[in-house]
Amino acid sequence: MQKLINWVDDRLPIVDAWNKHLAKYYAPKNFNMWYFFGSLAMLVLVNQLLTGIWLTMSYNPSGEGAFASVEYIMRDVEWGWLLRYLHSTGASAFFVVVYLHMFRGLMYGSYQKPRELIWIFGMLIYLVLMAEAFMGYLLPWGQMSYWGAQVIVNLFGAIPVIGEDLSLWIRGDYLISGITLNRFFALHVVALPIVLLGLVVLHILALHEVGSNNPDGIDIKKNKDENGIPKDGIPFHPYYTVHDLLGVGVFFFIFFIVVFFFPEMGGLFLEKPNFQPANPLQTPAHIAPVWYFTPFYAMLRAVTVDLFGLDAKFWGVVVMGGAIAILFVLPWLDRSPVRSIRYKGWLSKIALAIFAVSFVVLGYLGLVPATEGRTTAAQILTTLYFLYFILMPFYTRMEKTKPVPERVTG
Amino acid sequence: MRKLIVGLVFAILPAIGLAAGGSVPLDHMEPDHTNKESLQRGAALFTNYCMGCHSMEYARYKRVSDDLEIPAELYEENLIFTGAKIGELMKISMDKEMAAGWFGAPPPDLTLETRLRGESWVYSYLRGFYKDESRPLGVNNVVFDKVGMPHVMVEMQGLCAVEPNIGVDASVEPLSGNVNNADVCPEYASEGTMSGAEFDQAMWDLTNFMSYMGDPVKVERERLGIFVLIFVAIFFVVAYLLNREYWKDVH
Repeated sequence: MQKLINWVDDRLPIVDAWNKHLAKYYAPKNFNMWYFFGSLAMLVLVNQLLTGIWLTMSYNPSGEGAFASVEYIMRDVEWGWLLRYLHSTGASAFFVVVYLHMFRGLMYGSYQKPRELIWIFGMLIYLVLMAEAFMGYLLPWGQMSYWGAQVIVNLFGAIPVIGEDLSLWIRGDYLISGITLNRFFALHVVALPIVLLGLVVLHILALHEVGSNNPDGIDIKKNKDENGIPKDGIPFHPYYTVHDLLGVGVFFFIFFIVVFFFPEMGGLFLEKPNFQPANPLQTPAHIAPVWYFTPFYAMLRAVTVDLFGLDAKFWGVVVMGGAIAILFVLPWLDRSPVRSIRYKGWLSKIALAIFAVSFVVLGYLGLVPATEGRTTAAQILTTLYFLYFILMPFYTRMEKTKPVPERVTG
Repeated sequence: MRKLIVGLVFAILPAIGLAAGGSVPLDHMEPDHTNKESLQRGAALFTNYCMGCHSMEYARYKRVSDDLEIPAELYEENLIFTGAKIGELMKISMDKEMAAGWFGAPPPDLTLETRLRGESWVYSYLRGFYKDESRPLGVNNVVFDKVGMPHVMVEMQGLCAVEPNIGVDASVEPLSGNVNNADVCPEYASEGTMSGAEFDQAMWDLTNFMSYMGDPVKVERERLGIFVLIFVAIFFVVAYLLNREYWKDVH
């Protein structure tokens, strides 16, 4: 065995890679439960890739056959129902862990210098993931697949001058049709997964270059022992590999409860109108995107005024795009001398709490039909969402921070 | 604080129900896919009363025959009217375009009807027909107003003269001892072959069968789920002990 390893290592630096990324990658020893979600996201990604490959083997990407082929998978393919529920539940689980992973970053300032690139790669992953999920949702070719895609692609039509042509170009047809289904299938199973995997590699390479942050936001590389090893660092393997197994256990327990007992999650993970084949002539009574998009959908609907001669819908799209775009510049908005929320002042703590609540409530508002009161609420919450970022340079600088300890506190 | 936020996120996820669907009150129906007798009676009802117009074209006869423990020969003889082989999909011979001309819209495929509308809706709808001369077919439905479907089970239920009491529980008057709303229909225009309670039972069986057809793997899925969860729980214990062993020397 050792001979084989040596033979390969002479030709490919596998030992070096193993050490750099696992056995001699020193991670802070004070990771808490929030640090499970990165590796859990990897786990879900693998689940999506594997179940996705097997689903592709029986799926028929055509307007005539898509819906029936999904039911064929559910009924006639051996274990097809399990593959499909793992994949559909996995999509929602992906967003659950990614949102928690991002929130961890916000709490402990993991986007701050020198981790700006890690954050940006992460945001790109999030963006590609949204495209991936959106296109995947069209594939079952149910009513909600169809009309959800119709609504979202039509958003591009709100862009002045080029909008109509742009949405026509995306659809490849004057309405969502088999043509659209085919291209979304190609993008969903080939193009976007490749981009996603590439970005995940960059995300991790950038992380391992500068090292992991921790709940105290301390740079552990400042305190090294005589061997040049950080005093507060422990090798990722075996310490965090066995530690992450705990997270995997808890995650799988919840995940499988959903997969085996509540695969529709009360209409949240699989929406009820999607049990009806797509029908271009019949609009469902209430069109709602899947839950992970609803915060942004609520922001879109919250904009109700025309401005500068442009339609409210256009400004809604701008707000929605802006809500995601502003996350990219987060590393340069935070002017705090400390990273972690533990040592930031109460202004930052309140701001983060308001931000989190706004996001969750917006998610709820995006799910339910709009009423006047709900639209007003969405407008207020959208404003709060943006204020978190826009005011960040000010409140992070003016607040009094607590002294950061020399060593991690566990 | 941290735990509170996580708790909130997980608590809110399942609590958010979709507010879609009408606001018509319904009679609650909780299906039981383990009740094979009920499913068999439901299969017979569906084949005899529904399959003239409604297909279940995503499912196969063979699966129903196997799952419901109806011998294949018996099934082919009594429950397949189209001459199809038992391994085929449960399609019907009615032409969709012609059906659209007859009823206004072609009768929908019903394989997934209970997953689309819910068991309670189907159960209530089946018992919701009443006499309404203003409608082309002479009947209307309290759950689905102006429905284009005739009351195909009128010979069993009879024809209700007034709107049936759907979504209203039966109650006993304390003084007279009279039971109110024991029957969904307070007044019949013509009597059927079944009593109110018998018809309710028949429609429960039919809904139960449709629910099974929408999600045929449910019983097996939930049975397996228990074992998977037990496995994950044991895995967690092993992982916990392994983790504790390794982390002993981290201070």
